[in-house]
Order: sequence, then C-alpha cells, then structure tokens
Amino acid sequence: MANSSCSDVKVLGAWPSPFVMRVRIALNIKSVKYEFLEETIGSKSQLLLQSNPVYKKIPVLIHGGKSISESLIIVQYIDEVWSSGPSILPSDPYDRAIERFWAAYVDDKFFPSMQLINTAQGEEKAAKVEQVTEGLVLLEEAFQKSSKGKAFFGGDRIGFLDIALGPMLGWLRAIDKMGGVKLLDEVKTPGLVQWVESFCADGAVKGVIPDIEKLLEILEKMKGN
Amino acid sequence: MAEVKLFRAWSSPFPLRIVWALEVKGIEYDMIYEDLSNKSSMLLQYNPVYKKVPVLLHKGKPISESLVILEYIEETWKSKTPSLLPGDPYQRAMARFWAKFGDDKILPLIWEAFIKQGKDQEEALIAAHENLKYLEVELRGKKFLGGETVGFADLTFGWLANLVSVFEEIAGVTLIDHEKFPLLLTWMKNFMDAPKIRETWPPRDKLINHFRALRETLIAKEPK
Repeated sequence: MANSSCSDVKVLGAWPSPFVMRVRIALNIKSVKYEFLEETIGSKSQLLLQSNPVYKKIPVLIHGGKSISESLIIVQYIDEVWSSGPSILPSDPYDRAIERFWAAYVDDKFFPSMQLINTAQGEEKAAKVEQVTEGLVLLEEAFQKSSKGKAFFGGDRIGFLDIALGPMLGWLRAIDKMGGVKLLDEVKTPGLVQWVESFCADGAVKGVIPDIEKLLEILEKMKGN
Repeated sequence: MAEVKLFRAWSSPFPLRIVWALEVKGIEYDMIYEDLSNKSSMLLQYNPVYKKVPVLLHKGKPISESLVILEYIEETWKSKTPSLLPGDPYQRAMARFWAKFGDDKILPLIWEAFIKQGKDQEEALIAAHENLKYLEVELRGKKFLGGETVGFADLTFGWLANLVSVFEEIAGVTLIDHEKFPLLLTWMKNFMDAPKIRETWPPRDKLINHFRALRETLIAKEPK
C-alpha cells in the first residue's frame, strides 16, 4: 500500500501499556508513520469513547477514519494492510496457528498472572511467582520450538508472537531488577532471557519500550501508592 | 480415514464451531468424542497447555483454541467456499473483533446468568444485556455478521442459537427477549436455518438433561 500521510494513521494509547507497545512496534516494522495520541491516565478522552465504545480501552488504531481495537487484532490488521512491508505473521498456516495460540495464551493466561506481582506480599506473592514461572517455562519451550536456534520466535526477524510477548517481558525484566524475585532465570529460561534483550534492542522496539530505568521509576511509584 | 480429525465433547459449544466450519466448507474429517471427566491420553498429549476440546489434528499436527482453529481452516483450505472471513482487512478485523467480544463478554455473562440465582443472576443478566446491545446494533441491515452467508463471527456466536433456549427452559428465565433484541433473535433463526448448521446440533433433550445436571451441581457448590 502506498505511503499514508501521518494524519491518516493515529494510535490512541499510553506509553506504559504493553498492549499499546505492540501496535507501535508493528507500525514501526512496516515503517508506517503515525500520530500518537496519548490518553491521560485516569480519564478517557471523547475520541477514545467514540472510537472504542464497546471496551473503552487503549490501544485503538484509527486508520483513514476507521477504528480498530484489541491489540492483537490491530497487529494482524497492520500486517494485512501494509502487506508490502516485512511480514509480521509467518506464511505457513500451521506456523501462524502456533503463533496465534501462544499470543492468545499470553493474553488469556500469562499477562493476568503477572498482575500485581510487584506489589504482592508474602504467601500471595509466592503463589504469583510460581504461576508466572510456570508460564515462562511453557513460553521457553515454545520459544525453543519456534525459533529453531534463531534470535526470535519469528526467526531472524521479529514476528507476531515476539510482538505479543515482548512488551510483557520488557516489563517483567524491570520487575526483576526491583529485586526480591527473579522471574526471568538464566537457568530455567535461558532462551527467553537472551530473547528479551534482543527484542528490546531491535530497531522497531527501541523508543517504544523505554529504558529499564524509566520502567523502574513507574514501578517504584506503583509500589509507593 | 480422513487426514483431519476433530477432538470434541458432544455437548460443548466450542468444538461445535469447528464442526460447523468443516461441514460448511465440505472438508472431510473424523470425529473423536472425548469424555471430559476422563480425558484421553491423546487429548492430553495434543493439548497439554489447556487439556481442552476442541483440538484439530491435521496430518498429525495438533491445533487448539477454537478461534485459532477457525483461522487455520480458513487459511489451509483456501479454495473451499464459502470463505469464513472477508477479503478486506478492515472487515476481517471487525469479524475478529466481534468473535472475540462474544467469547470475552457475551458467553461468560450468559453462562453466569444461567448458573446463578437471585441477585447474582439478575446482575449477570443486566451485564449480558448491556453487552448484547452492541451486537444488536451491529446486526442492523445484516442477515449474518459475515454478510449474506455465515462467517467467522457468526460461527463464534452460533452457540446462542443452539443453547440459549435450552438454558431458558432449564433456568426458567428469559435470557434474550424479543422486545429488546429483535435483530438478534432473527439472526438466531437465520443461523439455525443456514446450510449444514442444524443437522449437527446435539439432540435437544440430551442437552437439557446435561445442562440441567451441570447447573444443579454448580448451584449445590455455591457457598450459602
């Protein structure tokens, strides 16, 4: 598809949201310029309520006046519209199914298990840590199978599942640095430990996932509240 | 023996979506029925993460999660019509959006309204109706969510046509009334009448017995 003007493509979001990060990374992979409209935490703009009346949540992609919600659906949309750019989903239907399966797992199971882990205490924290670790072990296995020795789930380049999981583990890496718990473990999940570094260093991701120091700032603030 | 096998449970709506997709597209498959209270080692091997049905086995490779399977079927048997997803990326995104919305919001809330009683049931029903309103609006001017023929989103909502009247009979409550949701009720009828759909429904009396027993068990487990 031909170049769209910047105002043609808008992303409604907030930079800390891993779901918003997915959309921005996908647009970067396709070299699509977009306007980033940041929502203020704690309030929802008229545009958000209008463009996502069902969920009233970010991210929303607005393209040529049409709105699309739900981050993984948006990423697939981006892949299909800007089809001349690097592919995000693999071409083989079975490989696509595997990536979709694990991306759905991240949303349905893994991300919920991560919630409030940095503010939990005692027994609750231990239980959460166990759940997240189990998830990471499963994802490590998936990574080994999918990457076949290459840097990313998608192979040599970042793909759909990398985009789905990357922002979550980007945050997890910061949670680990806060101390008290080590979720990304070089022994249990060596592939993922290496992968998250490669992911965060990738050109399409840099600038979308802030440096670990900035993430730590936010986490500290959350702990303080 | 067909190169496609589908692991299902006779009463579960999720594998039924896959049955519909395969039937509608005329794809040959073998059905393997699972007893969910005694899962086969094959099922546990093919879906170790969730241990659930449906699982589609194609040339020996397993795929789980009904929406993932539907996309796989659409992409693998490209020449088999009808297409479940439209060609236009925005329309495809909308189909995926509504399918996900159905599973995230409608299904759990209708289920809650079915298995709960009293105030809990009332609240679940109010929430279900709040969300069904969006579907009612989306159906304006459409025979199916997919247009003229049954599509991805229709298959995902198909359980409404199949199970709501069963739930209503058992629980003695109207879940979807014709005053508030005339278009939805019309859609349910159109879906039932679409080719290949009703032929594959489990027998109604079996469904009633099954879900009545399930509801009683769940109600008995509720803390008083």
